[in-house]
Amino acid sequence: MSNLSRDDVAHVAMLARIQLEDSELDRLAGQLDQIVDWVGQVNEVAAADVPPMSHPLPLVNVTRPDEVRPSLTAEQALANAPDPEDGRFGVPRILDEE
Amino acid sequence: MSETTPTDAGRDLTRMTAVQMADAMAAGETTSEELVQAHLDRIERLNPALNAFLLVDADGALATAREVDAARAAGEDLPRLAGVPVAVKDIACTQGLTTTAGSRMLEHFVPPYDATIVTRLREARMPILGKTNMDEFAMGSSTEHSAFGPTRNPWDLERIPGGSGGGSSAAVAGFLAPLAIGSDTGGSIRQPAAVTGTVGVKPTYGGVSRYGVIALASSLDQIGPCARTVADAALLHEVLGGHDPMDSTSIDAPVPPVVESVAGASAEDGSLAGLKVGVVKEIGGEGFQPGVQQRFDEALEELRALGAEIVEVSCPHFTHAMAAYYLILPSEASSNLARYDAMRYGRRTTPEDSPSAEQVMAASRDDAFGDEVKRRIILGTYALSSGYYDAYYGQAQKVRTLIARDLEAAFGQADVLVSPTAPTTAFRIGDKLDDPMAMYLNDIATIPANLAGIPGMSIPSGLAPEDGLPVGIQLLAPAMEDQRLYAVGAALEARLARAQGGPVVDRLPEVPTTAPEVPGARHTPGTAGTHTEEVRA
Repeated sequence: MSNLSRDDVAHVAMLARIQLEDSELDRLAGQLDQIVDWVGQVNEVAAADVPPMSHPLPLVNVTRPDEVRPSLTAEQALANAPDPEDGRFGVPRILDEE
Repeated sequence: MSETTPTDAGRDLTRMTAVQMADAMAAGETTSEELVQAHLDRIERLNPALNAFLLVDADGALATAREVDAARAAGEDLPRLAGVPVAVKDIACTQGLTTTAGSRMLEHFVPPYDATIVTRLREARMPILGKTNMDEFAMGSSTEHSAFGPTRNPWDLERIPGGSGGGSSAAVAGFLAPLAIGSDTGGSIRQPAAVTGTVGVKPTYGGVSRYGVIALASSLDQIGPCARTVADAALLHEVLGGHDPMDSTSIDAPVPPVVESVAGASAEDGSLAGLKVGVVKEIGGEGFQPGVQQRFDEALEELRALGAEIVEVSCPHFTHAMAAYYLILPSEASSNLARYDAMRYGRRTTPEDSPSAEQVMAASRDDAFGDEVKRRIILGTYALSSGYYDAYYGQAQKVRTLIARDLEAAFGQADVLVSPTAPTTAFRIGDKLDDPMAMYLNDIATIPANLAGIPGMSIPSGLAPEDGLPVGIQLLAPAMEDQRLYAVGAALEARLARAQGGPVVDRLPEVPTTAPEVPGARHTPGTAGTHTEEVRA
């Protein structure tokens, strides 16, 4: 059974912002199809009335007073940036040129 | 072993347990500096072959050691593990020390802050020897998916040390460190412990802070201790555990009394009288190596001799645990790893011709992520995408509920559950690298604990007769009952050592200083060497 075509994998990879090369697509597509087929067995379990479990703990929001506290300096925050500029993160263009 | 110290020429300090090291320092028989130096010497000699450490912080570790020695000389009251060296999996942020998570993406990432667990190690005044190798972003069961080359098993350099925390397990098993930190999302502490003959504990979910630990799957990840004895693991567990306001999933309750439980354990007949031990019917049998099963059955006999009652329990939904896990983990991972966009930090690849931010992100992620990370991000993105969500991620969450209910029912019949930790002993490097499905099956016994959030421990149960390699037995307990693992684990550990003429770790053969070429391995060890020197400089 084929769940996932090579085109599907390319599409999902783009959704995940991974620009796969052709050779990688060839390698990964078959493996992913096999894995998707296998994990699909969760549907063999009759669980229509079972509540989903997203987490082992009952989660509650944790908040703190909205007060200024010591935090990273601009220099520390930028120390790992690939392209820092004038105390800011340098990023490529976000809008199309056309 | 040839490492010696000037003050005690007959004794190899690296062979001591953490408890013995702490006692020896307290008695004035050795110093933290001598201990740290002995480990640094052994790391220098063996790490080129093992590739257990990605980074060695000799200066930092020695500085901490000297401070501890000075404080002790001044009569200061010190924490129990003060001066005992420790290794940290490269998934935990260490201020000023490169933290890579085994990925090219973070090859040059120097965290501006410490993870809470690292802060706690510093407060416990434990010298940090360095950062240990791991599968990229903790995705794997062999450490072969590290971007910096595989770690090798000290028991046989052609074999894997387990994963994702193979660097920590190899360091502890090879006497390069008495203690190490691991992280366990589906077995990454317990399976490496099993295949290296060491002790590994995944505490109750929320028992140890995840703040500053690079996230894989946030509802499954848990930090825990790697050690050579249950008593050593308990001491490190108490250092790491406890509430942290910086982690919203941290449980606001005292750490379970794990050290106390070990102190009360005994190898004598009847010491576990009244205890019910459940054998999970669904873990074992087909797919489990005969020697693994044999050592497990022998451990059950020892538990009986200790007075425990062995009962069979059934967890019928465990047969679907792997499938549910390999939907839930990639889904959460695809979301967690979305942060690696090469904008604020991380390795950026810029294609030609004035690319857009989106094109830079896609090229950077293709370049810097390895195959396993890409597979899981794509799988998770698919499982969460509209039209497939209900059939995949949604259904997996329902199966997760059923698995948690199975365990709840099982703990109605038994105080602890036991199984083999991993289906086989350590396999050969390269054997499963191109077969992701075969690799995933290593975690079949360990995954249910992560799905349900309960604590689990692996201790050595002996060597498999067919290959002479270590085998582990897994213990599971209900949430926040971690002390049960330690009570039973310590008694069984002592009993097995008595039956087998000593602990498994003591049977480690001499570790060669050079590693053989391994066919099928994509990386050669030592690629991380440049990385190490760069950080030291």
